[in-house]
Parts: sequence; C-alpha cells; structure tokens
Amino acid sequence: MNSTTEELKCESFEMMIEPPGKWWQLRLKELWPFRELLYFLTWRELKVRYKQTALGVLWAVLQPLLIMVLFSVVFGRFANLPSDGFPYPIFTFAGLLPWQLFSRALSDASQSLVNNQQMVSKIYFPRIFLPMSNVLSSLVDFGVAFIILLIMMVSYEITPSWRMLALPIFILAAIACATAAGLWLSAINVKYRDIKYITPFLVQIWLYATPVAYSSSLFPEQWRLLLGLNPMAGVIDGFRWALLGQEMSSNNLILVSMFVTIVFLVSGLIYFQNTEQTFADVI
Amino acid sequence: MSASYAIRVHNLSKRYKLGGRQPYVMFRDNLLKGAKALISWPKHLGRRNKDNEANTLWALRDLDFEIKPGDSVGIVGSNGAGKSTLLKIFSRVTVPSQGYVHLRGRVGSLLEVGTGFHPELTGIENIYLNGAILGMRKVEIDNKLDEIIAFSEVEKLLQTPVKFYSSGMRVRLAFSVAAHLEPEILLVDEVLAVGDVAFQKKSISRMEQVTRDGRTVLFVSHNMAAIRSLCKSGIFLSQGKLVYSGSADSAVQAYLDSGQKHEQGDSKVIFESNLTIPAQITSIATTNTRGEPSRIFSHENSFHIEIDFLLRENDTRSYLALNIHDQEGMLLLNSLDFEYQNSFANYQKGSYKAIVKIPPVLAPGTYNVSVQMIRKEKNKETLWDAAEEALTFDIIDSGSARSQIGLPWSGKLTNLLDWKIEVTK
Repeated sequence: MNSTTEELKCESFEMMIEPPGKWWQLRLKELWPFRELLYFLTWRELKVRYKQTALGVLWAVLQPLLIMVLFSVVFGRFANLPSDGFPYPIFTFAGLLPWQLFSRALSDASQSLVNNQQMVSKIYFPRIFLPMSNVLSSLVDFGVAFIILLIMMVSYEITPSWRMLALPIFILAAIACATAAGLWLSAINVKYRDIKYITPFLVQIWLYATPVAYSSSLFPEQWRLLLGLNPMAGVIDGFRWALLGQEMSSNNLILVSMFVTIVFLVSGLIYFQNTEQTFADVI
Repeated sequence: MSASYAIRVHNLSKRYKLGGRQPYVMFRDNLLKGAKALISWPKHLGRRNKDNEANTLWALRDLDFEIKPGDSVGIVGSNGAGKSTLLKIFSRVTVPSQGYVHLRGRVGSLLEVGTGFHPELTGIENIYLNGAILGMRKVEIDNKLDEIIAFSEVEKLLQTPVKFYSSGMRVRLAFSVAAHLEPEILLVDEVLAVGDVAFQKKSISRMEQVTRDGRTVLFVSHNMAAIRSLCKSGIFLSQGKLVYSGSADSAVQAYLDSGQKHEQGDSKVIFESNLTIPAQITSIATTNTRGEPSRIFSHENSFHIEIDFLLRENDTRSYLALNIHDQEGMLLLNSLDFEYQNSFANYQKGSYKAIVKIPPVLAPGTYNVSVQMIRKEKNKETLWDAAEEALTFDIIDSGSARSQIGLPWSGKLTNLLDWKIEVTK
C-alpha cells in the first residue's frame, strides 16, 4: 500500500450530524477539505463550455467584440453618447469586460444547482462550489478577452499608468458581485424555478442600469450616489479609471458600490448556506 | 454505553412537510400565501403548530442505535420505511430534524453511481471528476487510477467522450470509481444490481473484500439473499421506526414475518361498488397457502391470489382473467377461470370468491396483479370490469444456492429445473 492512503486512514476523523444550526453559522471551515472539488468543477465547466463548437475559445473574444461593434455603431455613432474624450470602442470595451464576466457568471451560476440536480440530491459536498465554479470559469473567459483589450490599448496609444496596479481590486469586486448574485439566484432557483425566466430580463435591465454603453458622468452629481447602489457601476468606473485614466466621476460612487457589494455578498452567503441544508429535500 | 462505536444514532428524526417535495413552487403561490396569511394572521397565531403536525410526514422517528467499527449492517424494510433517508442523513445529503448522528471515520457512499458524470468528457476525465465528487483527493485517484481502469474493463475507450459509451460501459466505469473509495464507513444503496452478471459478481466480491478489510459497511437492499450473505448484523425499519436490531438473519426474518402481520393493507385492495355494471370485481388479495394475508413470498413457496367478485344477474358467458406483469410491464402469465374445467362457469346472481394458487415459478422480484371480468359473446368480448395493476407482491430469495455464493438472479422464472448430469465415456 502506498503512504498517502495510509496517512488518510490514520487521520482520526469524527463528525456530528445535527439539525441545522443558527443562521449565522456559515460553516465556511468545511469548505477547505473539499478545495480540490472546486478546482475539478471549474475545470469541468471550462472543458465542456466550448466542446463541439467550431470556433472554440474564440467565442470568449468574439462575444465582447461583437457587442462592442454594435454599441459603437448604435450608441457611439447614432446616439452620439459622450465617452469622456476617449475613443468610443475602447471606452465601451473596458466596461464590457467586467460586465461580461458578471453577466455570464450570473446567468450560469443561477442555473448551477438545478442543472446539477442529481449531484445535489445524491451526494454531499459544499453546494456553494457549484455557483462558484461558474464564476471562476467566467474569469478565464475574462482573461482571454483581456488580451484583446491590451492590444486595443496599444493601437489606440493609451499608455497604462500606475493605476493599473489597482485593477486587481476591481476584478475582485466584479468577482464578488458575480458570486453574490450567483448565490442569491441559484439558491432561490432551487425552490422557485421562476428565476430561470427572470434572469435574462434581469441581466438586460441591469446592463442598462450600468454605465457600460454610457459614462456615469452623464448623471448629474447628486444622482451618481444612487447609481453607486448598483455595485457594477463602481466596478466599471474603477476599470475605466485604472485602465484608461478616466477621472472618477465621483469618489463616493465607488465607496457606495464597494459597500453594497460587501452587503450583497455577505447576505448572499448567509442565505445560501442556510438554505443549503434543505436543497436536497426541495430540489 | 460503550465508547467503541463507529456510528451512534441518538433520537434521530427526519420530518418532511407534505407537499414540500413538489417539483417546484411558483413564486406567485407563495406571494399569494403570504398575502392571505397577512390578512388572516390573528386567527393563525394559535393554530400554527397543529396545522404543521397534520401536514408532516415523519420519515424517521426517534431512532436510537449504535454500530460497531468493522460491522457490516444490512438495513431492511419496505418502501418508505426510511432506509434511504437514513443513509442520506449519514452521507449528509440531508439534515436531520431532531437528534444527532456521531460518526467516527470518513464516510463514503455508493448511493448513486455515476453522479456528476459529464457526457462530453472522456472516460479518464470523468474518473477524476467523479472521484473528486465522491470525496477522493487527487493523489488518491492518481494512486488508484490503474486499479480503477482495470476494474472498469473500458481501457480502450478512456480517451473517448463518455457520451459514446454504451450504458453498460458507463455504469461499469462509474461503479469502478465508487468501488475504490476507501472510507472507514461505506454506505451502499442497491447499487450492486448494475451491469451484466459477470460484473455484478465482481462487484459483490469487491463488497465482500471491503467488509473483510474491517471497514464499517451499511447496506440497503431489497435483495434479502445479498443482505444475508454480505452482512453480519441487520436493522429492520418500518414507517421510520426501528423495529428490530440484531443479526442479519434475524432482522431479515423479522422483516419477512412482519410482511404477514403489519402490511395487510398492502396485500388486499377493495374496490368501491359500481351499480352500473352487471359484474364487478370487489376485492383482490394475496395470501399465503394458509390463507393469511401477505404480500411477500419466498421463491420456494406457493401462494394464493384471492379475487372477490359479484354478479348482479345470472350469467353463463362471463369469465375472469388474471394477469401477472413484472415491473417493466412485461406480461408473464395470463390465466382464465374457465380453463380449469374447460367450460364457462354457470354463474348465478350473487357474490363469489376465486382462489388461484400460484406455484413457485417466479424469480425474486416485484410483480403486479391485474384482473379482468370479461363477457364473451359470439363475435365480441365485453370488458365488464378491470382492475389493472391493482396489487403488487414481492417474491424474495429465502436462501437459494446461487445466493449463497453471491450470484444474482437473472430471468423471471425460478430455474429449479431437473438437472441430470452423467459422466460420459
């Protein structure tokens, strides 16, 4: 016998299985021993995503590019929306990247539990890994599309500044937003399949409420805080600030967005972890 | 209480809200319910608990037992007794409503093989994915990969997406991964009935090896022979309660005996009177040869099907037809009442009871009984009354030679044929 299995056997392992605890007990410690499963689930998502497509991972690039072209023609050319002095295509592309990360993760994650119904009702594992794996796999698409953004920046001669260093914070914020939305929607979807029909509308409406095609400076100063209640507004403002060197339309907008993101994520976590224990009975 | 247990179950209960398991609830319905509750909330305050109790199903109720390390325990009971719910709690798929379970050791379950298999992924990719889902570490899978592949017998197709596999190959691959879990406590639920006979045999010997290795095994099955041969101890559950705990043999026996005592409801079905038809089947029941109600019979014994019927007018051209189907709906037997005397009975107006003796010809399994009352005229047949799949009964293996060596049943008929084997030349 090899040593690893012996080691595993020697670990003395004990567990109590009890009725659901208090709502604030999130059992996040239990996630650690299962960490490899998160990796495998993400890997499965990526493997399967572009199977049997002719263009494969090119779609990760094509989707935001096509939307950029569309937006440039409709909003940039016809509607003549201001883009704060930047070429409209790169202005909107910098917003589209985090938006695509968010919307893709949200749509996939909201269906994740229901699509893996068999797993959820037959086997124990931290269910939170299902929506999380969708978020992580969207991150890979984001990475691929990001290369295009860098190429565009070079061709538009936009020199990156030290602000680039702050970009990971905004990427993290986008991930947090997507995770929060994924947790809420997937958990509600277990009980109310209406979510399946609501999600596409939600994504559409959310897109228009987010400064992707337009600039947040379009709003009068006092309304910008309200815009900040949409956590993705802060993320996209942050992206443009870090990448293009666009000035923040309002510092408070970012702060409000960050705060909303945290509340959104923590509440999503609480809701998900508390309903998780009944998923197998309800799904 | 001794400290030496692998599993301790204390006061364990699991409650389901009736209707809570509907496929899904519409958002609208709950909004409506919320609105209604708001309007009438003062009235509800006192009643709430009572309502809940009425809409509650106790899948498990106040279970208390301990299982020793290294024991192999068979859990028996009829459908809905709570066997699967118990394993689901052990494997943490669902949470108990009351009480607790204390586990000493890692738990692995074979509740469902092939969970998480993805058709687009190749065989080898699915081995890793499925292993991770079952709780194996990547290093563990790496170490056992060769063993798993050899066991599955699909070496040649490992780089092919699983969607091109036959269902048999898929099942073999899935079972191979699950069978190489090495937890201290293993939960098994009816998964041995997969694949062809040769693979089933291999799976059963794998199970035997697991129990010999000193692991604790919990085994749920309707196959009494498998429980007797694989398990040392047995637990008998009925309607969520622990009825008997002891040796596997005596637990199986307790279960079989109870089939003759507690489940009369299942062994007889009574039909409502319907005055519009001139001939009617009023009840159908299964009994043992002594006439005692039962729905579980040994494959070695005869049993009776009793049909009560009545005729509202004299009739000389009507007959009863008895059909036995297997669970897949295949007709195994069709018997007509006039066959035993080669002519139609001369029925006078009144009530009758037909007792049909079924010889020990059916292989272990679950079967459906249907009865029809038919009137035969010159050119046409009229169906007076029909009770389709009115009743089910179980034939169980009460210790056949094949089960002793771990061979499963195949075919629908018992094959206690006369074998004459001689030395030639």
